[in-house]
Amino acid sequence: MKILVAYKRVVDFNVRIQVKPDGSGVASEGVKLSPNPFDDIALEAALRLREQGIAEEVIIATIAPADAQPHLRNGLAMGANRAIHVVSAEPVQPLAAARALLKLVEKEQPGLVILGKQAIDDDCSQTGQMLAALWDRPQATFASKLEVADGKATVTREVDAGLETIEVDLPAVITTDLRLNEPRFIKLPDIMKAKAKPIETVELASLGVAHGGEISNTNYAPPAKRSRGVMVKDVAELVALLQQKGLA
Amino acid sequence: MSKVLIIAEHLNGQLNTATARCVTCARALQPEAIDVLVLSDAPAAVAAQAAKLDGVSKVLNVARAENAHPLAAVLAPQIAAAARSGAYTHLLLPSTTFGKDVAPRAAALLGVGQVSDIMSVTGPHTFTRPIYAGNAIVTVETPSDALVVGTVRTASWPAMGEGANTAPVEALPVDAVLPTHTRFVGLQQASSERPDLQSAAKVVSGGRGVGSKENFEIIYKLADKLHAAAGASRAAVDAGYCPNDMQVGQTGKIIAPELYIAIGISGAIQHLTGIKDAGTIVAINKDGDAPIYEVADIGLVGDLFKLVPELEAAL
Ligand SMILES: Cc1cc2nc3c(=O)[nH]c(=O)nc-3n(C[C@H](O)[C@H](O)[C@H](O)COP(=O)(O)OP(=O)(O)OC[C@H]3O[C@@H](n4cnc5c(N)ncnc54)[C@H](O)[C@@H]3O)c2cc1C
Ligand SMILES: Nc1ncnc2c1ncn2[C@@H]1O[C@H](COP(=O)(O)O)[C@@H](O)[C@H]1O
Repeated sequence: MKILVAYKRVVDFNVRIQVKPDGSGVASEGVKLSPNPFDDIALEAALRLREQGIAEEVIIATIAPADAQPHLRNGLAMGANRAIHVVSAEPVQPLAAARALLKLVEKEQPGLVILGKQAIDDDCSQTGQMLAALWDRPQATFASKLEVADGKATVTREVDAGLETIEVDLPAVITTDLRLNEPRFIKLPDIMKAKAKPIETVELASLGVAHGGEISNTNYAPPAKRSRGVMVKDVAELVALLQQKGLA
Repeated sequence: MSKVLIIAEHLNGQLNTATARCVTCARALQPEAIDVLVLSDAPAAVAAQAAKLDGVSKVLNVARAENAHPLAAVLAPQIAAAARSGAYTHLLLPSTTFGKDVAPRAAALLGVGQVSDIMSVTGPHTFTRPIYAGNAIVTVETPSDALVVGTVRTASWPAMGEGANTAPVEALPVDAVLPTHTRFVGLQQASSERPDLQSAAKVVSGGRGVGSKENFEIIYKLADKLHAAAGASRAAVDAGYCPNDMQVGQTGKIIAPELYIAIGISGAIQHLTGIKDAGTIVAINKDGDAPIYEVADIGLVGDLFKLVPELEAAL
């Protein structure tokens, strides 16, 4: 079985985002970019299934501008067998990403597609679910535990009420939550090895994806700010303030 | 004129308050009608609760055995069929794990994108939503000729109350082939007598500073004294101090209680995005430079093991 992992490049989670004064976007020049943390978890999950002998090949895919090759090398160094770079100068929205990923799925016929539960730039949490719908296959979102055997995946999902377990027939789409695993560190020799691994490049426009229904972002603004409040010196002062506000 | 369809979220015959928040958001569209769709094996009790919400025009029930558990792959085709048949302009779900799971699947079946986490409504096709862990707010425009599918950021919308409303309840026949490739196995609910984290007026949260599962008792004790829900940072959940459903933040629950007390929590941006809309934030931390104090309305610096029992006793 092949596993396809959606591997998005995003602004690193430690960066404090600044909105451009003209509202046209967020400042991206010189900002550190990293793999989406959930996608590192997705890749780790796929690698473990390969190590268990359940999968033979792990393919990472990204839809990103031409300069995203080092990002893919990073995933290859972590252990993916090969990479597909869908080149798009413009960022794509979840529906477009799902439509593009569907084209890759149709070509590669993976038994599992693993994505992050959300990209930490757009915070949409949509792409995996949309891909599963378009592919007409099961989805198991927000996975914190994954077992694959006998053509089925048993997935524990982090839901608001607690932990839900579902069983899905393969092929299926999984999206990862934070506690699914802890991604491995990349070792120096693996970075060297990754240089020899194949990256296939395709233009998004050449995939022939469907269009329509897209949403446009028209303005960006900083959030309403909370300001620093008062410091109290002891519990008595805190209780007095809470009582004053009618909160205790 | 807009016509809104809201998908009810429910568990064990109880309507989740997130649905009432969707009604408030729907009313901001000034629609001609707001219908609520209840998908269940036994929808009657939930439908009766939805019918009382102010502003609801009609409750539509789809009673099928397959709807006993909220499986997205099973619900989405029924939702898409209902959205098409009723000439709706808007389809809304709450931005809970239920809504996040189902809504994009329905949107893709309907061939449209989705607006996640609607914070405000500017017009029938114009909304604002948070991105980058709430560090930017983007205005989005959906195509004017297409159905709008959105999830409602529950912390941005108060729950519509149950008024004198008695909306009619009708059975909705839906013609959809349901898949069998996805099966429910079980739900392990963290049993708690405390108020629900997502709707509680007061929340007491603990972080890594609390140090252990046993120590979390001091968080629970303070929560109980205040009739508050208990929450946690990701670090506390990851360390196994408390269950996952207590996580507050970008990738956990986004909440807006009147009072939020953060104990032994440093205040990482991913945590802060979950509490931005809280009325009053209180921080207790031994590090006076912790970023949590940049947003706290009331800060107290010191050892939580001394201060929290003291606070509990003083209340
Ligand atoms: C993709 C991604 C998503 C994330 N999502 C979330 C999320 O949804 N929610 C979330 O919370 N985090 C999230 N995080 C993690 C986040 O970045 C922080 O790591 C986390 O919030 C830290 O938790 P903490 O404040 O409990 O721990 P720490 O940062 O370790 O802080 C512990 C605090 O306790 C204080 N302390 C220690 N001992 C005492 C004592 N005896 N008395 C008083 N104070 C004491 C310390 O001074 C310190 O400030 C996410 C991270 C990533 C990468
Ligand atoms: N441009 C992209 N390239 C690769 N993967 C993507 C892309 N966009 C979304 N994804 C995948 O979809 C997941 C959810 O993204 P989102 O729906 O945008 O929150 C991400 O964690 C990725 O796994």
